[in-house]
Amino acid sequence: MSEAQTSKMAVSDETVIKIHKMHKWYGSFHVLKDINLDVKRGERIVVCGPSGSGKSTMIRCINRLEEHQQGDIIVDGVELTNDLKNIDAIRREVGMVFQHFNLFPHLTILENLSLAPIWVKREPRKQAEETAMRYLERVKIPEQALKYPGQLSGGQQQRVAIARSLCMNPRIMLFDEPTSALDPEMIKEVLDVMIELAEEGRTMICVTHEMGFAKTVANRVIFMDGGEIIEQNEPNEFFDNPQHERTQLFLSQILAH
Amino acid sequence: MESVEQKRNIISTLWNDKEKRAVIIQIFSIAGLFALVWFMIGNAISNLDALGKGFSFDFLFQPASYDINQHLISYTSRDTHLRATIIGIMNTAMIAVAGIILATVVGFTLGVLRLSKNFLINRIVYIYIEYIRNVPVLLHILLVHGVVVHSLPNPKAAMTFNDSFFLTKRGFFMPSPDFESAMTVVWIALAIGIAFTFWFRRYAKRVQDETGKIFPVFLISFGAVVIFPVLVYFLAGSPITWEIPVLKGFNFKGGMVVRPEFLALWLALSLYTAAFIAEIVRAGIIAVSHGQTEAAYALGLRPGRTTQLIVIPQALRVIVPPLTSQYLNLTKNSSLAIAIGYMDIVATIGGISLNQTGREMECMIIVLALYLIFSLSISSVMNWYNKRIKLVER
Repeated sequence: MSEAQTSKMAVSDETVIKIHKMHKWYGSFHVLKDINLDVKRGERIVVCGPSGSGKSTMIRCINRLEEHQQGDIIVDGVELTNDLKNIDAIRREVGMVFQHFNLFPHLTILENLSLAPIWVKREPRKQAEETAMRYLERVKIPEQALKYPGQLSGGQQQRVAIARSLCMNPRIMLFDEPTSALDPEMIKEVLDVMIELAEEGRTMICVTHEMGFAKTVANRVIFMDGGEIIEQNEPNEFFDNPQHERTQLFLSQILAH
Repeated sequence: MESVEQKRNIISTLWNDKEKRAVIIQIFSIAGLFALVWFMIGNAISNLDALGKGFSFDFLFQPASYDINQHLISYTSRDTHLRATIIGIMNTAMIAVAGIILATVVGFTLGVLRLSKNFLINRIVYIYIEYIRNVPVLLHILLVHGVVVHSLPNPKAAMTFNDSFFLTKRGFFMPSPDFESAMTVVWIALAIGIAFTFWFRRYAKRVQDETGKIFPVFLISFGAVVIFPVLVYFLAGSPITWEIPVLKGFNFKGGMVVRPEFLALWLALSLYTAAFIAEIVRAGIIAVSHGQTEAAYALGLRPGRTTQLIVIPQALRVIVPPLTSQYLNLTKNSSLAIAIGYMDIVATIGGISLNQTGREMECMIIVLALYLIFSLSISSVMNWYNKRIKLVER
């Protein structure tokens, strides 16, 4: 199938994210333990695991929405430290889509999309709005441009949120359970957009429970439990032949019904 | 028999129809309200008759024959009750405006500090707020007045700054400005600065829309409105002469004075209201979900811009309606001025004038009407503002 081809196609040897011996604590609670992860340019990674296993926390460390206390994270050659310039540079390269969309309710869809290009990239409004319209067309809701987020359905809002990230043209996209807050019939429309993105060869890390999505687009599936990476493998191998018993248990639970 | 049953049916159908029931209830309510007002007016007329009093506002044009220590426009005891009332209105307006400004500044500052991650700052502000808002405002007024009147030094031992500002138990004495003719140039500079700022904000927006360039709008506005007129002031040879208060006999003469009653009332009312405003501001900021700032950060916006573009517009929508109530409270609480002898509306027309003329009905109607006007003006301005920031949403 073509999916199998795309998954082998765009991956290069260049490492864009390097996480090395990273630890994180909330107070005395050790949330992330010795995380090591190398992501190649163009790779699509799906992270799964039971709730509370540190999946979201891990990807939120990549754009510094959470601070790690030990180890290194290097994104696109820039090391994440307390240096605000580095954080700015990394956030410009890394887009994020949240579980609860987090659109700005006081701005129209078009303003939501053009805000960051105008204030961060200092683009002229006209240019920013043209880019915004282009991405709105790609997520198939250009007719909603002048509405407010509250007037859209959940699936539409999430597609807007994806378009909003894309407007900054990030090299890396992080998805934090993008479909978990959606009704079943809306999940498909969001996944379709994400699959299209994957086919373009953009680097993606996606925390999700959508195993179908993982099988279709991922080059690699990572299983986390208790703040550790337990197992990682390419999808067919991961689903057909899980090595670790915690992985087996998890898969049997979510694939059972 | 038949007709009775039919009638019953009509009544019960009317009563059980949602819309018709609403109309019936409204008719009865209006009738009841009119009856009550009719009764009260009749009652007032008959009682005034029994006392041999008429109903007339003529007394307003008779001499008031009492003194008022703080008056913005000239006033002597030979002036009329009407003029005394106007002095009262000005004094109430002055305390309300000065109070609202100080309460807003202190309240917003405390509200933001209350959210500080610094444990010490956040605890101190918390204790301040809890202390202030759990003690009745009248006690605060009496306490501050007591401190000002009893603890501050006599004029002879005045606390002084630079020998031109003097803090005493008789008030806070300051130099008063005397404008020379060259001052016109400075006023013109100020007007130009303000006009420039209005123009510049539009210009900066247009340039940003067209080219993406972002100007430091705040700094440039500040320069135009503050720094430019100050420079012109010095270039024009400092065209203000200051009349410095001088100790003559038992008190200071010349200059300007903030009277102890005003000082006490102003500080007590503002600091009291500020505690409530601080909680409103804190609630408004917290009401903007954390996800909003995270989304802005993830897009690469800096914390300052995030506050300006994402947090403040959303927080204001939560803050403004209860803030309006606090402004109204402050204005109405200013009537407690009478406890320390500050001559506001209640102390003049609602107090001494009322006692001297015996025109309770008329005086109270005037007092009520005046407070109503004050309150309605404040709330209409705030509602206008609220609508303006709300329009942005939907």
